[in-house]
Amino acid sequence: MSVAGNHGPLLKPAKLNTATAVEIADMNKWYGDFHVLRDINLKVMGGERIVICGPSGSGKSTMIRCINRLEEHQSGRIFVDGVELTADLKKIDEVRREVGMVFQHFNLFPHLTVMDNCTLALIWVRKMPKKQAEEVALHYLERVKIPEQANKYPGQLSGGQQQRVAIARALCMNPKIMLFDEPTSALDPEMVKEVLDTMVELAHDGMTMLVVTHEMGFARQVASRIVFMDEGQIVEANVPEEFFAHPQHERTKLFLSQILR
Amino acid sequence: MTMAEGDLAVAELAFVRRTNIAPRPPPAAMTGAVGWLRENLLSTPFNVGLTIVIVLLLAWAVPELVKFLLIDAVWSGTDRDACLESVQHREIGACWPFVWERLPYFIYGSYPIPQRWRVDVFLAMLAIGVVWLLWLNAPRRDLGAIYFFVILPIASFILLTGWAAIGLQPVDTVLWGGVLVTIVVASVGIVVSLPIGILLALGRRSHMPAVRTLSVIFIEFVRGVPLVTVLFMAGVMLPLFVPEQLSPDKLVRALIGIAIFASAYMAEVVRAGLQAIPKGQYEGAMAVGLRYWQMMRLIILPQALKVTIPNIVNTYIGLFKDTTLVFIVGIFDLLRTIEVARIDPKWATPVTSTTGYAVAAIFYLVFCYGMSRYARAMEARLAKSDRR
Ligand SMILES: Nc1ncnc2c1ncn2[C@@H]1O[C@H](COP(=O)(O)OP(=O)(O)OP(=O)(O)O)[C@@H](O)[C@H]1O
Ligand SMILES: [Mg+2]
Repeated sequence: MSVAGNHGPLLKPAKLNTATAVEIADMNKWYGDFHVLRDINLKVMGGERIVICGPSGSGKSTMIRCINRLEEHQSGRIFVDGVELTADLKKIDEVRREVGMVFQHFNLFPHLTVMDNCTLALIWVRKMPKKQAEEVALHYLERVKIPEQANKYPGQLSGGQQQRVAIARALCMNPKIMLFDEPTSALDPEMVKEVLDTMVELAHDGMTMLVVTHEMGFARQVASRIVFMDEGQIVEANVPEEFFAHPQHERTKLFLSQILR
Repeated sequence: MTMAEGDLAVAELAFVRRTNIAPRPPPAAMTGAVGWLRENLLSTPFNVGLTIVIVLLLAWAVPELVKFLLIDAVWSGTDRDACLESVQHREIGACWPFVWERLPYFIYGSYPIPQRWRVDVFLAMLAIGVVWLLWLNAPRRDLGAIYFFVILPIASFILLTGWAAIGLQPVDTVLWGGVLVTIVVASVGIVVSLPIGILLALGRRSHMPAVRTLSVIFIEFVRGVPLVTVLFMAGVMLPLFVPEQLSPDKLVRALIGIAIFASAYMAEVVRAGLQAIPKGQYEGAMAVGLRYWQMMRLIILPQALKVTIPNIVNTYIGLFKDTTLVFIVGIFDLLRTIEVARIDPKWATPVTSTTGYAVAAIFYLVFCYGMSRYARAMEARLAKSDRR
């Protein structure tokens, strides 16, 4: 599946703002005895857009969830915007304020309206007055093109609309980094595009993004680097042209042959 | 080959609809009273059987009840003679003059007669609080909550136990009884058990081993012991260990016992609700930066409690009826006052006990059914707010 290439010129090179956004160094993680992430090293500069792909169970979700500490790592170090993630709750809060996340299953709060979904964290985490929070929320709902749905409940929206609300909810916190974990794989085919379009626009605006996805069209168009994972390891990382044209590792070749028919 | 417009040629392999089928009303058998009967009472042979059994049961029970409570009932009199079988009255139903005469006792127990207005004021204040809180469209429900959870308990305590300094003569709780005690015990149990139950449920799911262990021990211990035992321990055994002047009032001890017991049950009810919340809700809340208590208060508990409402109310209904067990430690709740009154020689007749128990049954039925109906209405309303 591919994204229509009607978004103007391809986005490259990335408008790097020299600062390191995410640095993962020799990171390992186990679930019980199961060594799920092995010696992960990854450095993401501000403004870079990393697409992470790989077979199911290879640890993609686990890796990006370590970046906002939804999962804990057992060895190695992770720095997010200069802050090291440790058991220190203050640091975790600090990182989560700077990192937005979009999930496969949206994880919107079904008992709150779209507007309240978006303003909740502004009011309780950023301590913003309600009125101002609503202005911010409306701004981002406009940006994902669904301001008219503000007073509905998530259950009343289509999957694509829900995912765009989830993106708006994350953007409201004005994050420096956005994490996406298979944002389109729970969507019906006709809704994939509206979500990818939103993400492409975000990329145009210079957002630092780490995206787990199998949408290779999106990767080709937007990624500054593609990271291929298998069995808990980073097997190959390269710029999209090279990654698709000359994959180096056998497993990468196999994966690409399966995914690009 | 051509086809007439709107003509569905069965043999045709390709088909294009040319006319639109207009909607038609459903067959008459599906609508109206007949339709309702068919669908709700007679849809399967089993339902037909069930309907017949229920109709027969009602046909037997309802006339008997009406006969006893109304038709054969005695409506006036001053003592037992009015409610005895006589030549004029061959069959005797409920003895209402007995209830009428003892009604103040059923409501206030032995609360001193000149002070009973204080109980009336308390009941009125409670009613206002309940309506304010439960009526979802009431104005200023935030004030209502403060009134109910802060002002009301303090005011009620002063009002009912008395405070000589402001001219309210102290009334020993030994004198309290009847509806007053039932309502006090039930309200305290209901109001205290939910917050403590929530804390215990969260404690049981906590990642901190000490918190979790303590919660589990408390919940399992209290649930493993009958309420009568908890009350008995609180009421009878506590004074054996604690010096007289430190040992709290008998009613207070019973209240503590009930609150502990109800909280343990409520904890399990709430835990079941928490388990129904998908992991994604926690992750969504954490990812936007909410702290643990914010996440619980704003995201998890509202959803968990919503799916738990039927079970919470079920627990409340059980608790309301369980309050009758406080008689075991010598407290005169409504049922106990009826028990005492029915053996009063002044009213000793064959129907006195039945009448007294009928009053108790009606009282508990009205309250429990009221709770049940309210819960249904609330569920329906919440279901409307987020249809998924
Ligand atoms: N909480 C957990 N406990 C134990 N094992 C887990 C847990 N979560 C994930 N795993 C295992 O860790 C491995 C990596 O999981 P992860 O979800 O990161 O894979 P993924 O690359 O995102 O796969 P997918 O494409 O299916 O989402 C899998 O084998 C999975 O079974
Ligand atoms: Mg995954």
